[in-house]
Amino acid sequence: MKLRLSNPGLDDRILSHQQLDKLEEDEAGDRPKWDNKAQYMLSCVGFCVGLGNVWRFPYLCQSHGGGAFMIPFLILLVLEGIPLLHLEFAIGQRLRAGSMGVWSEIHPYLAGIRIASMCISLTVSLYYNTIIAWIMWYFFNSFQDPLPWSQCPMDASLTGFVSECERSSPVDYFWYRKTLNTPPTIEEDGGLQWWILLCHICAWSVLYICTIRGIETTGKAVYVTSTLPYVVLTIFLIRGLTLKGSLNGIKFLFTPDLTELAKPTTWLDAGAQVFYSFFGGLISFSSYNSVHNNCEQDAVIISIINGLTAVYAATVIYTIIGFRATERFDNCLSGNILALLNAFDMAEGSITDNHYNQVVQRLNETHPEVIQGIDLKTCDLTTFLSEGVEGTGLAFIVFTEAITKMPLSPLWSVLFFIMLFCLGLSSMFGSIEGILVSVQDLKVFPKTLPKEAITGVICALCCLVGLIFVLGSGNYWLSLFDTYGASIALLVVAFCEMISVVYIYGIDRFNNDIKFMIGHRPNFFWKASWRVISPLIVFLILVFYLVTKVSEKLLYKAWDPELEKFPTLEVKLYPHWIYVIIFILAGIPSLAIPFAAIWKCLQKKRRKNQIYELNIY
Amino acid sequence: MLDKILFLLCLASALADERCMPDTPHGFQVRLSIKTALGDEAYVWNENEMFLFRASLAFAMRNHMNGQQFEVSNIIVCNETMRVSFWFIVTSPLDTSQLIDQENVEAAIRQSRNRINSAFLLTDKTLEFVDILPTLATLYTHPTPPWLIVFGVVMGAVGAGIIIMLVSSVVQKKRKTNGKPQDKDDDEETRVKTVENGDAHDGVHNMSFSEDERFTKM
Repeated sequence: MKLRLSNPGLDDRILSHQQLDKLEEDEAGDRPKWDNKAQYMLSCVGFCVGLGNVWRFPYLCQSHGGGAFMIPFLILLVLEGIPLLHLEFAIGQRLRAGSMGVWSEIHPYLAGIRIASMCISLTVSLYYNTIIAWIMWYFFNSFQDPLPWSQCPMDASLTGFVSECERSSPVDYFWYRKTLNTPPTIEEDGGLQWWILLCHICAWSVLYICTIRGIETTGKAVYVTSTLPYVVLTIFLIRGLTLKGSLNGIKFLFTPDLTELAKPTTWLDAGAQVFYSFFGGLISFSSYNSVHNNCEQDAVIISIINGLTAVYAATVIYTIIGFRATERFDNCLSGNILALLNAFDMAEGSITDNHYNQVVQRLNETHPEVIQGIDLKTCDLTTFLSEGVEGTGLAFIVFTEAITKMPLSPLWSVLFFIMLFCLGLSSMFGSIEGILVSVQDLKVFPKTLPKEAITGVICALCCLVGLIFVLGSGNYWLSLFDTYGASIALLVVAFCEMISVVYIYGIDRFNNDIKFMIGHRPNFFWKASWRVISPLIVFLILVFYLVTKVSEKLLYKAWDPELEKFPTLEVKLYPHWIYVIIFILAGIPSLAIPFAAIWKCLQKKRRKNQIYELNIY
Repeated sequence: MLDKILFLLCLASALADERCMPDTPHGFQVRLSIKTALGDEAYVWNENEMFLFRASLAFAMRNHMNGQQFEVSNIIVCNETMRVSFWFIVTSPLDTSQLIDQENVEAAIRQSRNRINSAFLLTDKTLEFVDILPTLATLYTHPTPPWLIVFGVVMGAVGAGIIIMLVSSVVQKKRKTNGKPQDKDDDEETRVKTVENGDAHDGVHNMSFSEDERFTKM
């Protein structure tokens, strides 16, 4: 018993198979398409493999039981990621329209999905490029030795270091003060930071030149932006493995803790990670393929590449984190040993790392007051390793600190930030493509306007609106956009897309299309996952997200040097007017879908009534 | 006679010992971390090294207080430990019963810190004068920040690239509009020909009337 919603008029809106074939022959020269299969694959890989693979996945892996996290990740990759990808590729290839146009073709009521997708792409483009601007800032600053974040600057009287830097650390100071110049709260905007403004303009200019002619230029750019990260990751792996303590990091990352598998949050985080990695503007990319391209094979290959990249990047990141943690642990221990030697006037070398604990115990028994007076720090390697950071904290604080401790630091810094830049840029291509296509669909600009001009206008507008992230409080706005702008709405859109394709477009028709395109019908695995498993998983993740986000207080972490607990980030409540903004970010795209459906329905009814009235007369 | 001299010497040394003691208000504690600094090439701390230390300290005092001829005997050391730490005080060369005050000693050490350090192949951290903070090294400030230079290079390259792309697309378009009038004539001829022949297809897919809005342009 297959559930199928009635969809009259579908045949009129879409091309039939014969028309598609004819189009293939006739349009061979006119229609834009990929120069070769490699460009298409690299673009898709570049879009899927983004900053999240480098700085979100390793953190999730380590905080959810190390090697054990691979199990839910791989299971959900197969059950959720690959079917989703195949669905996107197949529908794009079949309907030959961008991410926005397909839905109106499937059913006019689904116009809301187009609006929602465009809003999401716009939101993501705005804040994602700011991260690229920050990466460029660090990249520009990497061309000096010593690196500016390796030591604290002197204060005005040249007698000591700047107090904010002394109390935290040079890397924290460089990130929060020299780069962001964050105010203590989100209400104070802190003004435009001119250095970040320059990097912001530079980031949008680079994006403009890469997307100036659409996939003609992005297709060439992805040869570099999609392959360079792998080269750099390999270089870092080799360098990392030769550093002391790297194996500690890898062991820590992959040590499985199977008890984590029982927790639902582990599975939900794995599902979310797979989802955000795979979902986006890939429908546009596949619409430029020839009709008979084997999208099934593509989906499987790209999914595997994405999964393997995540694991590879996690390994590399944790060799470096292991090195940093070991270095910190060694310093902590030597500091303690020095304090003991000084207090008890023992000869150097009389306390070694190995029997440090025994010595401390013995001394504590004989001279407890002296030991109390020294104030020994607790040195625990596991604590240092699990200073688990994700996101910008990992890239701009933890990793940069590790780099300063490696010989030839400027070289590693340059390589690292080039890698991050390429990862971010290739993901941006997909978002900008989505916006471009929808703008052209909506016919906002006259047809005579050349493509370069349209791209220029869009980039300029996004650059202007993105100035909000160049303010001092930009970092707070960015985490707000990241948490609420892209997450819930994207889940809603994905769920609606899957339901639309399977039940409104019709799974039978879809299976026939696939047979027409690649030569054989999809097997039972695909059918089962499209109809039940994948939508169910996305729905569960959505419900979980809504429940947790609605129930928790809206908090953000602020950098406030005035507070006592500095340099720990202070958790503060958002002001009330933020709720409005959150609603605009998350609510409008999600609600656009049902509202657009209802609106179209009413429009149709009104038209029917008008026709009825006309017929009476 | 000899007894008296011996007695005076003992008294003198006793007096000297009394003045040099831990937490003395006139001297400083010194800590050396030779193994930490030099690792395998560490030298053993012995009488000769101590002599060198006293000599370099006398040198520092001579440099600071011009005219006064400090000798090795003016530097009194006590409380040597296994750590290699000890206390020292400085007596005035003119009158051994007088001690040089802390400020002068500190100033002298600060002035010649580098020379003392290099005599022992140590650094400010490994040759530690407790309570004398080392002067911080001034960081080199660049005349133009290097990041601005790199930014200029990248921005220049990107700007040049954008201009090249725009110019080339304008040139391409001009070439197309010049070539188009000839192409149009060719098209009409071929279309007329196929209509005349009439058979092959069911009809010619007439591109000029198809809805090309349905296909999303790139």
